[in-house]
Amino acid sequence: MGIKILTEHINVPGIETLEVYRKHGGYRSVEKALKTMTPDEVVEEVKTSGLRGRGGAGFPTGMKWSFLAKPEGVPRYLVCNADESEPGTFKDRVFMEKNPHALIEGMITSSYALGANTSYIYIRGELMFVLRILEKAIAEAYAAGLLGKNILGSGYDLDLHVAPGGGAYICGEETALLESLEGKRGNPRNKPPFPAVKGLFASPTVVNNVESIASVPWIVNNGGAEYAKIGIGRSTGTKLISASGNINNPGVYEIELGVPVEEFIYSDEYCGGIWKGKQLKAVVPGGSSVPILPANLITKTAAGEDRLMTYESLSDGGFVSGSMLGSGAFIVFDEDQCIVRNTWNYARFYHHESCGQCSPCREGTGWMEKVLHRIEHGHGHQQDIDLLVSVAKQIEGNTICPLGDAAAWPVASAIRHFREEFEWHIKHPKEATLPGAVYRGQLATIEA
Amino acid sequence: MPETANDNYKMAETINEVKFSDAGMAEIQRYISHYPEGRQKSAILPIMHVAQAEFGGWLSPQVMDKIAEILNIQPIEVYEVATFYTMFNLKPVGKHVLEVCRTGPCCLRGADQMIDMLKEKLNIQEGETTADGMFTLKPVECLASCGTGPMLQVREKFYENIDSEEKLDQFLETLRNTEVETPYHQK
Repeated sequence: MGIKILTEHINVPGIETLEVYRKHGGYRSVEKALKTMTPDEVVEEVKTSGLRGRGGAGFPTGMKWSFLAKPEGVPRYLVCNADESEPGTFKDRVFMEKNPHALIEGMITSSYALGANTSYIYIRGELMFVLRILEKAIAEAYAAGLLGKNILGSGYDLDLHVAPGGGAYICGEETALLESLEGKRGNPRNKPPFPAVKGLFASPTVVNNVESIASVPWIVNNGGAEYAKIGIGRSTGTKLISASGNINNPGVYEIELGVPVEEFIYSDEYCGGIWKGKQLKAVVPGGSSVPILPANLITKTAAGEDRLMTYESLSDGGFVSGSMLGSGAFIVFDEDQCIVRNTWNYARFYHHESCGQCSPCREGTGWMEKVLHRIEHGHGHQQDIDLLVSVAKQIEGNTICPLGDAAAWPVASAIRHFREEFEWHIKHPKEATLPGAVYRGQLATIEA
Repeated sequence: MPETANDNYKMAETINEVKFSDAGMAEIQRYISHYPEGRQKSAILPIMHVAQAEFGGWLSPQVMDKIAEILNIQPIEVYEVATFYTMFNLKPVGKHVLEVCRTGPCCLRGADQMIDMLKEKLNIQEGETTADGMFTLKPVECLASCGTGPMLQVREKFYENIDSEEKLDQFLETLRNTEVETPYHQK
């Protein structure tokens, strides 16, 4: 049992109402920040906390805030990225659905710190039911004087709106999100200029993930230094992990960064072990775009040390033997799962979601899907494996936004760690395509 | 003015016949008011959601032209956005569009099998509509419901943990007896 910063009250009945939320200490950070702190003091606390962007990139939030340009007479915007679309990730959705006021409180306190007088929550269009929950909570906050003009008599004004997307993974990329919020196709922008200088409506803008913003009230209430005490090293604080796949207890877990991966998988407090008494085969620890790791490399690093749920430990070994914490989407594969099929599935996803702006990504994701499709369906050639590696290499780093990398990494890592499974598929086209047929690599399976 | 989405199901022949309900129009104006002067185009996605809910679950050229008129922009600006985002249907669809998640994490828990079962039960392929116009099968990518897969979405609602044939049958039966409503009318 670790400390719960984000989810302490999440299961309290009625927490989605302002009354119950306030009864449990809600909106204290708004009072404290607006009445006793300057905006810069709030930014300083967030910097001290070491909070890192929870959307996937892990960039320090306080530093991102300090880059915001502040020209005279130009409005500034805070935009919350609630476009959660990375396969495996569902923490933000669950969080907003259950505890909408916690995000709104974070938006007010953070907007104050940044000097924004209009802020937006951009939520993926599929989550329209969550949008309605948020709008209801926002209306309550307006009625209570927590939003609108002269909030709590502090002289600070803030309008907060929720904007739905239309179904596009790419809009989770911050500049594509801004394009979408302006009512355009979600094509990522070239950087520079960065959003901190020229973002929404060509004004300085900060885009932060739901979980990052929701962590700010605790930091304001308790101080950045207290937050920095939680976790290990540069992985401070707590993180919401979306656990899915072949485990006994899928769901969202708030962990103190630093929990051993093995404990996270097998402890009843978290995933509760592999379902149906099966063995662990592999894990994608940070959302579909991060490298997949076989069982032996997910619980231990290549050097034999215990792997921990931190940014540093999960990426130990680079892409040769490590992966990434990413958005904290922990996807677990049991021994019966087919890596080739899964890789084809992911490749199809990225091909479907490529915006088409950059040729390496638009064409490359299509080729990866096609080649993987033919391997999975019994028409592969041995040279296809190297072809995939080569295509992935030519996408990586050659696109405007990171979707290209996100598409290349799962393919490259699956081949790196499960090459013999691809070879087996090609050598045994008939068996491989039988329903339920899977190659069981000795390499991957370990004792629970 | 029509009061429910169903009254508007008949496809409008011209832009002048495209009439939003009062509640729908109020919703549109509310979204437009969220953006600064001169930035009204920003409201295009929410407006397309309202339009799709009001006009039979898809956006006809006439409806898109109407949206352009409301926002005072060129029709092409609506078309280019409508064709980019996957939630907008540009052809007529059945009464209930079954948006089934087909992405990795759901597949680890049986989404492939559920999609196959749906094809067999409804006797349609992906993207098709049943002969009685009741269901359209539309596989979609990850819906942020990986812990409760296999799952599918119908309009604004998620149906989760559909992990047996019984649950699937039950779900289809429920839908057959469900009337279509536009959510903001219930406020």
